[in-house]
Amino acid sequence: MTNPNNATITTVHTAEFTAGDALKIPTLRILRDDGSLYDGATEPELDKTTALKMYDTMVFVRVLDERMLAAQRQGRISFYMQCLGEEATTVGSAAALDDKDMIMAQYREQGALRYRGFSLEQFMNQLFSNEKDLGKGRQMPVHYGSKDIHYMTISSPLGTQIPQASGYAYAQKLRGLKNTTICYFGEGAASEGDFHAGLNMAAVHKAPVIFFCRNNGYAISTPANEQFVGDGIASRGVGYGMKAIRVDGTDILAVYQATKMARDYALEHNEPILIEAMAYRLGAHSSSDDPSGYRSKEEEEKWRHNDPISRYRLWLIAKGWLNEAEDKSTIDALRSEILEALKVAEKVAKPGIEHLISDVYKEPIPALQQQLDELKAHIRKYPDAYPITAGRLD
Amino acid sequence: MAKMNMLQAINNALDLAMAKDDSVVCFGEDVGHFGGVFRATSKLQEKYGKARCFNTPLTEQGIAGFANGMAAQGMKPVAEIQFADYIFPAFDQIVNETAKFRYRSGDEFNVGGLVLRSPYGGGIAGGHYHSQSPEAYFAHTPGLKVIIPRNPYQAKGLLLASIASPDPVIFFEPKKLYRASTGEVPEEYYEIELGKAEVTQQGKDITVLAWGAQMEIVQKAVDMAAKEGISCEVIDLRSILPWDAETVAQSVMKTGRLVINHEAPLTGGFAGEIAATIQKMCFLHLESPIERVCGLDTPYPLALEKEYVADHLKTYEAIKRAINF
Repeated sequence: MTNPNNATITTVHTAEFTAGDALKIPTLRILRDDGSLYDGATEPELDKTTALKMYDTMVFVRVLDERMLAAQRQGRISFYMQCLGEEATTVGSAAALDDKDMIMAQYREQGALRYRGFSLEQFMNQLFSNEKDLGKGRQMPVHYGSKDIHYMTISSPLGTQIPQASGYAYAQKLRGLKNTTICYFGEGAASEGDFHAGLNMAAVHKAPVIFFCRNNGYAISTPANEQFVGDGIASRGVGYGMKAIRVDGTDILAVYQATKMARDYALEHNEPILIEAMAYRLGAHSSSDDPSGYRSKEEEEKWRHNDPISRYRLWLIAKGWLNEAEDKSTIDALRSEILEALKVAEKVAKPGIEHLISDVYKEPIPALQQQLDELKAHIRKYPDAYPITAGRLD
Repeated sequence: MAKMNMLQAINNALDLAMAKDDSVVCFGEDVGHFGGVFRATSKLQEKYGKARCFNTPLTEQGIAGFANGMAAQGMKPVAEIQFADYIFPAFDQIVNETAKFRYRSGDEFNVGGLVLRSPYGGGIAGGHYHSQSPEAYFAHTPGLKVIIPRNPYQAKGLLLASIASPDPVIFFEPKKLYRASTGEVPEEYYEIELGKAEVTQQGKDITVLAWGAQMEIVQKAVDMAAKEGISCEVIDLRSILPWDAETVAQSVMKTGRLVINHEAPLTGGFAGEIAATIQKMCFLHLESPIERVCGLDTPYPLALEKEYVADHLKTYEAIKRAINF
């Protein structure tokens, strides 16, 4: 130990460096590509209802992503971020939590959001920034959030939720709550100063937070090997003095198992824990990005065969919990359901003009009220220039 | 001369600077092989190698701190912060370190040669985390130069002057104009002096002042005013710090009126600084109160962007208010 107050210091008398990649953390895998289990692996305890809910959630986000990416291409929404290839990471982890455990996400965790019960209509209202959006149309598409389902509204700046999660979990501990906080981020965000600050604070102050790194190989165009050296992100957790585990992020059973154990441990010991899920961001970073500029089709193809959904589907079929024919019709039905919801949401009005100044403070300060009054007078003068609000002024 | 858009002009400036001086290096998130999310650094890695044009991990404080170190060693880092909205993790490195290196050490050390480039501003349906104009925060810090170009010609000349500057420079690029603004740009090396405003249109009734992407907007307002017989003098400030109070004051002494337009919120915005200074310099020449047309004092919204922005109609109204005072 390097803590000077700790008496159990190991000493040596010949100089020898510990290598930067000396700490090799293995990867937990439970489920094979064909849906069978690896030798020596035990499947986590999962009842049929939960297992199918996990599957339905993965399928939902896959279809939603496909549909909304198309909607973005058609110019119906300005922006979108899909989680293709990473569905198992967020769904598997969310399923292992209590519904009241706080989720603090980055921006690619629609799986966890859906698992918690965010409705299709709520997804659509946010994506179309209409007046029913819980965030009142202020943020770009995919910046979801809902107090009811304990899902902190997403902020764009990278990694800012990490130290916040430490604080949130610490407060849960102080209040005697038997709940944890899960904090999602990508391997890119683990380069931010907030990552280091957040992990250290949680470790020192013993906050029951689960740091969940989705290591998907790319931060926009920057491959992981230009993001960090050494043995990935998991070893950094160990460096800060917390337990860590690395799992195959395309294996939902492994993700579920690791998160379940992490939650139990975090709550029992009031300690943070780090999970690094290894997956691949099969899609683009966002609808503004084109991966063909920085990686090969062959590389993508290789990962396409490593599909988290088809593997899990095979397991469910083998267990007799899923029927292939029914599955196909469910997906078809989902496609039309999503399309219907999209058509409804895009016709809902935008938020009213009073929401330009609401929520900046609890009550608008005098300057804001004055600015709104002046703006309304201006819009009355030029109604044609402000079609969203002009017809709805009080 | 060649026709370039603003990104091409910036890329061309970086290319020339790197060719001219081995100590110029470019780095930031995705700037290497990919050429940056907006492609401002495209082909530079191919041309100058991975040591001089490279990707960094996602750490703005790391990027700014690394740039400080390189510049202190005598090199000329041109670091990119992917969006100006994300410059704040680097705020400590910029405001406490970059800005004060020379002052605190009695010029034993300095970071002249450092340039932080960053796309800023709205108009791209980006909501409040992809639309901010943070120039006023940095203008409040002695030791920094803050530059905002409005077109490709300026972007190239001002960027080259920034790289050559003995002081650190924050260079904000209006991303709305990256591809939208095109124009004739000399292919050879040239610099535009930092700290000088440009009078883009002569006029006699009122001075209208803006910078960056807002220049297009005020021009529209000025054209509307012209139809009513109002003759506007238009000034592009270009350098937020140091700023060219002389040029602005001379214009206001001639016209007797001033409208300042910026994208950032009104309160604490740089227009306040300009208004206070010009009021002092031109008090006896002013025919009406100085008008500020700015963003509202709220975060930049997504759905109600049109209502929020300091657009041409609001500017036109301000011009008329000043004239009819």
